[in-house]
Amino acid sequence: MAQTFSEKVLSRKAGRSVRAGEVVTVAPDYCLSHDNSSAIIAEFKKIGVPKVKAPEKIVIILDHIVPAADEKYAQNHKTIREFVKAQGIPNFFDIQHGVCHQVLSEASFALPGKVIMGSDSHTTTYGAFGAFAAGIGRTEAASIWATDEIWLRVPETLRVEFRGRFAPGVFAKDAILKIIGDHGADRANYEAVEFTGPSANEFNISSRMTLANMAAEMGAKNGYFEVDDRTLAWLKRRARAEFEIFASDPGVAYEAVLEYDLSALEPQIACPHTVDNVKPVREVEGRPFHQALIGTCTNGRLEDLKVAARILKGRKIHPDVRALVLPASREVYLAALRQGLIEILSEAGCVILNPGCGPCLGAHLGLLAAGEVVVSTSNRNFKGRMGNRDSEIYLASPATAAASALEGKITDPRKFL
Amino acid sequence: MSKGRVWKYGDDVNTDVIFAGKYTYQQLEPAEMAKRALEDLDPAFAKNVKPGDVIVAGKNFGCGSSREQAAACLRYAGVQAVVAKSFSRIYFRNAINLGLAVLQSSDAPDALRTGDEVDVDFAAGTITRGDRIFAFFPLPASVIGIVEAGGLIEWTKKKLSAAGG
Repeated sequence: MAQTFSEKVLSRKAGRSVRAGEVVTVAPDYCLSHDNSSAIIAEFKKIGVPKVKAPEKIVIILDHIVPAADEKYAQNHKTIREFVKAQGIPNFFDIQHGVCHQVLSEASFALPGKVIMGSDSHTTTYGAFGAFAAGIGRTEAASIWATDEIWLRVPETLRVEFRGRFAPGVFAKDAILKIIGDHGADRANYEAVEFTGPSANEFNISSRMTLANMAAEMGAKNGYFEVDDRTLAWLKRRARAEFEIFASDPGVAYEAVLEYDLSALEPQIACPHTVDNVKPVREVEGRPFHQALIGTCTNGRLEDLKVAARILKGRKIHPDVRALVLPASREVYLAALRQGLIEILSEAGCVILNPGCGPCLGAHLGLLAAGEVVVSTSNRNFKGRMGNRDSEIYLASPATAAASALEGKITDPRKFL
Repeated sequence: MSKGRVWKYGDDVNTDVIFAGKYTYQQLEPAEMAKRALEDLDPAFAKNVKPGDVIVAGKNFGCGSSREQAAACLRYAGVQAVVAKSFSRIYFRNAINLGLAVLQSSDAPDALRTGDEVDVDFAAGTITRGDRIFAFFPLPASVIGIVEAGGLIEWTKKKLSAAGG
């Protein structure tokens, strides 16, 4: 029988042939957690086993509130560091590394065919490398630590086919916002999303991560690209373990097929307060705002900083606007530094933040006051997410955020590119 | 039968409005978490919620973050069940793992209003308001064991002791 990617990966893991809808118990290859590890530790202690079952599979990356913003967060980090030492967990990344999804990918745990569970909803990101990756809760992560097992429902698959090429000024972020806007924030609830088609190769690794990351905003369990020459080129330099490549069989049954012509896309923006409230940027052009945020696990990679620098080079951001730049990882930060991008962005008036989650989740580093508006390259614009409940978040590409920062109002970036 | 009052909300109630990110990485006591439930959606909720109350919502309840406090804070606030047209995937898993009843119903969410008095009958799979009875989908067989054990931690303990570990 023809099988989807997810059916194949989970069949291999379960040791029998499984179909969508079945529930399987599997041993994941890796289990990610971040600052929430202290809450997982508390749950783990309730289970009552002294040691984690497979310490080498646990990956802990501190990124959410780094460096610690206050005593409580400091205690949180301290608890995690002590646990990591006591349990002999080898894959621990302290505050200097960056956002967990970027760091885990750069350290190449994200490999084709791996099953990666993460106590973070944007764990879907690793599908960019052909992994089966899904978000779980803290209690589930604690249970994996204790048992090296998790139950998973094998998902149905939604296929998204791309053809055509991006027009100048239009990016991966615009494509995923358009899809979410067209089909709603729950379109892929419980499903796998397969990003494919003749133009899948148009998406470089960074762009694939943006799409797989935001598959979570369609409600997806996992989202992925097929492994191709771009994936293999990335892995050649980095892969830390053996991997196995899986792809859906021809003629397999999809829940549905969505088709997108990339050449027909224009810059998109998700308006407050839901990710599926998406409009072309030109429809909200001219709206004044207060802060731009360029970065996060969605759009904080080198290509994102490059496009922002291209737009901001030799110019100054508007005096009524603040602009925050948040490289996704130290690796990205160093590359941007060596290429002179950080200098360009700083000269333009941007505040360069340390790699991490920054203000995205509303805990520190540039939160909003009542009545303020942010244009952000992150993935969520829920009410109150980035500070006061009476603030507003618009989600867009790094190009749109940078162009808007220059003009002091929401701006279609195509005039600069 | 278990009586409670309805708190009615719309579609896509997300985890940020259920339990704000700024509290997520602090270790808060249950009573403190309950006080912050739905803070950015309905500030009146935490002040007035009573044990046994029921949250009723539209589609995609709990979308967004994987944070478990979004399920835990409602349980600590005394909510006996959330009734919605659908739940986001991670929220559904978290709620089961923490023992918060998440009930999927196609007709109850449209019919029920804030302040309605309802009876929830878990065994019969019904929600009753006056003379109207709404059905909810039973939980998948695969997860009933977790719910019956009182959540994932208890279930895992049992499993490990059964395995001699």
